[in-house]
Amino acid sequence: MKPFDYQRATDADSAIATVSRDPEARYIGGGTNLVDHMKLGITEPGKLVDITRLPYDSVESLPDGRVRIGATVRNSDLAAEPVIRQRYPVLAQALLSGASGQLRNLATTGGNLLQRTRCSYFQDVTTPCNKREPGSGCSALEGWNRHHAVLGASERCVATHPSDMAVALAALDADVLVAGPDGQRTVPVTELHRLPGDEPEQDTVLRHGELVTAVELPSLPFAVRSRYRKVRDRASYAFALVSVAAAVEVTDGDITDARIAFGGLAHKPWRATAAERALHGAPATEEAFRAAADAELAEAETLRDNEFKVPMTRNTLASVLRELTQQEGS
Amino acid sequence: MDSEITLRVDGRRETLSVDTRTTLLDALRERLGVTSPKKGCDHGQCGACTVLLDGRRATSCLTFAVANDDSEVVTAEGLAEEDEPHPVQRALLDNDGFQCGYCTPGQVCSAVGMLDEAKSGWPSYVTEDLDESVELDEDEIRERMSGNLCRCGAYANIVTAIREAAE
Ligand SMILES: Cc1cc2nc3c(=O)[nH]c(=O)nc-3n(C[C@H](O)[C@H](O)[C@H](O)COP(=O)(O)OP(=O)(O)OC[C@H]3O[C@@H](n4cnc5c(N)ncnc54)[C@H](O)[C@@H]3O)c2cc1C
Ligand code: SF4
Ligand code: FES
Ligand code: FES
Repeated sequence: MKPFDYQRATDADSAIATVSRDPEARYIGGGTNLVDHMKLGITEPGKLVDITRLPYDSVESLPDGRVRIGATVRNSDLAAEPVIRQRYPVLAQALLSGASGQLRNLATTGGNLLQRTRCSYFQDVTTPCNKREPGSGCSALEGWNRHHAVLGASERCVATHPSDMAVALAALDADVLVAGPDGQRTVPVTELHRLPGDEPEQDTVLRHGELVTAVELPSLPFAVRSRYRKVRDRASYAFALVSVAAAVEVTDGDITDARIAFGGLAHKPWRATAAERALHGAPATEEAFRAAADAELAEAETLRDNEFKVPMTRNTLASVLRELTQQEGS
Repeated sequence: MDSEITLRVDGRRETLSVDTRTTLLDALRERLGVTSPKKGCDHGQCGACTVLLDGRRATSCLTFAVANDDSEVVTAEGLAEEDEPHPVQRALLDNDGFQCGYCTPGQVCSAVGMLDEAKSGWPSYVTEDLDESVELDEDEIRERMSGNLCRCGAYANIVTAIREAAE
């Protein structure tokens, strides 16, 4: 590992100034992704600015019904937060499905959002990978690609985004609050992560030096009936093959509103707007659930090892919607 | 690049100068000779390096020592009181909760942290009702302990031991 300088940030402005002016500097939260990458040689920062002591460690209910989650709130604390468990169960479940108890105690909200793909070629510096080394090629395209994308991929990169939390946030229409050298901006979480296109090395729309300070959830009363379901190779402590985050509102047996996002399918948490449109006004029936899944998956393009993801997503979405609408009716 | 840090490890105050690249796990094992946390994978994937960091279970291989200046670290070694093992350690002994023992110190710290989390009412992914208090049945224990792998496959007895310690 290359030697680096470590600083514990005491105020956000100087942290932002320090990282912005030094292309080799990085923020570090819990370190559970970044330290791993430094060990693997994927990234070699010359300076780390530790942001975990900045005053972003609380979850606040705002007067207008929104909830603001500080960027350094640990994943375990967020999942245990009463307001999240009661009003946004999909988010608590997504967090609890990720990593392990001892990792969630370290992992932060900001770091979880910005964690990088688990593509095995990306993590192996001896293999070509356009995301790690632009222009070197994509080893997964013709290689072992069971975990890779079926939606929104490009010739350059077929990686998936690994975060469970981000999938729930996409379904909930959360906003990401960002502070940079030129002030603050708000980025909808669905626009934070990019599709790979010609620049797979760019995971997100953030510029170097921009600091995630918080995530805000809209009030969204019907999210009390929401759910996160993750399908994986073992029962626990594994990344998603496919995951579904959903919230539905049912009135007199018809679906009047729905929020759906998929994980494990794309380079970003995949907000399923076509499925949502198909469900709008539809009866809460098995046929309607399957039609919604088909509407979203019509564009799916599978690779050698991941054809199974399409039927798996369809079945998982139908099962989650069935559970949510039965729950609603009872 | 070196940096001076202070840690409390198993009740002792330790001041040392560490290269910023040193993980907390390596600082404990290589610099302080505290070898109960084990290095299994060094990538957060096995749980053998689990310690209690400011009272919460954490993987010590994915955090730099410098980031933990002024922290309190308790390892499996520090959980015993004099010659009396911690109740979780006692239960693992009584129930044959290990074979080679390599994963055990991590299992012990993880279980102690996990029992505290459950006592505080934290749900898990298998908790049906996120609003209810949790009852630590076998499914709950397996889910909550999934971050600790055991290559000897002593899981059945580990679960029994933790259930016993939870009572
Ligand atoms: C064995 C293992 C299993 C895992 N399983 C899962 C899983 O099943 N599901 C899942 O979702 N995740 C899983 N994870 C990933 C884990 O959730 C992430 O590593 C964690 O959330 C990252 O958070 P952190 O605070 O440790 O980030 P760090 O490692 O500190 O940072 C990650 C990145 O974000 C940047 N960063 C951090 N905070 C900010 C900020 N506020 N503003 C701007 N940039 C910032 C850093 O510079 C770095 O590039 C697993 C990890 C491991 C090791
Ligand atoms: S899928 Fe993306 S991350 Fe994986 S090898 Fe190809 S370019 Fe790299
Ligand atoms: S050595 Fe830390 S988790 Fe394996
Ligand atoms: S007892 Fe041998 S690894 Fe668990």
